[in-house]
Amino acid sequence: MKILVPVKRTIDANVRVRINQDSTGVETKNIKTGINPFCEIAVEEALRLRESGKVEEVIVVSIGPTASEEVLRHGLAMGVDRAILIETDELLQPLGIAKLLKAVVERESPDLIILGKQSIDEDNNQTGQMLAALLGWSQGTFVSKIELSVEKAIVTREVDDGLETVALTLPAVITTDLRLNQPRYLSLPNIMKSKKLPLDRIKGVDLDIDFQPRLKLLGLNEPPKRSGCIKVKSIEELVDKLQNEARVI
Amino acid sequence: MGILVIAEHDNSSLSASTLPTISAARQLGKDITLLIAGYHCSAVADAASKIMGITQVCMADAAHYKNGLAEELTPLIISQVTEEINYILAPVTTFGKNLMPRVAALLDVAQISDIVKINSPDTFVRPIYAGNFLATVQSRDIIKVITVRTTAFDPADTENGTAQIESIVATPMVGISEFIKNEFSTSDRPELTTARVVISGGRGLGAAENFKLLEDLADKLGAAIGASRAAVDADYISNDHQVGQTGKIVAPDLYIAVGISGAIQHLAGMKDSKVIVAINKDMDAPIFEIADYGLIADLFQALPEFSKALDTLND
Repeated sequence: MKILVPVKRTIDANVRVRINQDSTGVETKNIKTGINPFCEIAVEEALRLRESGKVEEVIVVSIGPTASEEVLRHGLAMGVDRAILIETDELLQPLGIAKLLKAVVERESPDLIILGKQSIDEDNNQTGQMLAALLGWSQGTFVSKIELSVEKAIVTREVDDGLETVALTLPAVITTDLRLNQPRYLSLPNIMKSKKLPLDRIKGVDLDIDFQPRLKLLGLNEPPKRSGCIKVKSIEELVDKLQNEARVI
Repeated sequence: MGILVIAEHDNSSLSASTLPTISAARQLGKDITLLIAGYHCSAVADAASKIMGITQVCMADAAHYKNGLAEELTPLIISQVTEEINYILAPVTTFGKNLMPRVAALLDVAQISDIVKINSPDTFVRPIYAGNFLATVQSRDIIKVITVRTTAFDPADTENGTAQIESIVATPMVGISEFIKNEFSTSDRPELTTARVVISGGRGLGAAENFKLLEDLADKLGAAIGASRAAVDADYISNDHQVGQTGKIVAPDLYIAVGISGAIQHLAGMKDSKVIVAINKDMDAPIFEIADYGLIADLFQALPEFSKALDTLND
């Protein structure tokens, strides 16, 4: 069995992101980037399935400028077998990404695709579902547990009311939630080794797919600031404020 | 300007998330069709027909729609997209998040996720970067597939409407996925996303049994119980209580954060609450930056005192 894991490069989760000067996007110069946390969980899960003997090959794929190599190298350092970069400097949105990934799926014929449920920058939560739709495959979203057999993946999904278990006929697309696993730490020798491993490079334009963005970003704003915190000294004072000032109890 | 709203329900009653979605639809136009796909779900359709502002209710009743599987619902929704339909809306719940991108991709259109405001028929506001920024986006697609943040729109009135109910033909079963089971926690408390008061616990609670301190307060305040990711990861409480960027978005009149430091991922889920109270022993906890009232205290002392004070208040 073969697993494809699409991964995205995002601004590091611990960076305090700022709006750029003309409010057309966020400041990206000299900002620490890395693999989107949900994507890292996807890579980890694919590797665990390989280590359990159910999977022969794990391939990571990313789409973006040359700098996106860093997240593929992260995957290689974790232990994936191969990495593919679809190179493009164009602005990317989920539908276009799903179309490009479909082209990769047609070349590689994986049995399972595991990817993050959302990226922590744009919070769209769309790409996995869109890819499943374009391929006509089953989908298991927001997954916190996977049991894989030859024909099926039984997945536990984190839904608003609790947990839901669904059986997916393979091939399938699975998107990861936070509690699926805890990704492994990268060892320094593996990081060093990953820098020298080969990457397959495909030019985005060579795939002959229209992946132009459909949504136009007109501007970014900061949400209104809250008025500031009144420090109370006791529960008595708090209850008094909530009752007589805020009037919420 | 036809609008198709996808109802979320459990085959016996309509989910509260559908009502703000209808309010968002009403800002976009008058011709609103509510699609109810389920199994033995006529009670849902009957109740839905009384919602103010919808033109008609379309009901598709078939066994393979029972559990809301995206693979089964998508062909049905596509079958309802006539030339008059310009918008398809659903709430940004796990139901809507799972389903709508599948619909959008097959219609070859973008999805606009998690809108909090409608500026014009093609321009919407949505939070990005864990709610740190509001992005204004314009869609040029002929059909706009949208998920709606339910706390950003008032719920539609559920009485006095007179929509017609029309039964529609079910699409054939796709059969590539199969529902196995649900493990839903049951509670007599209000639902987290619609509760007037929410009291949430974090890692500071220290153990699952200490959530009892919150339960006691929740009972007295009529509150729902929430949690930070840290508390859910530590198995103090089940995932359906998680508030935050990847959990539930809440905006109650009163949000009480207890033992929660206030990572931006948590703030993303609650910072639109009207009044925020933080109780934490760490005076530098970021939660105080967005709280209206802050008490620097040991929660194990503060919560029993809070409980007693409420008893006095209620006497």
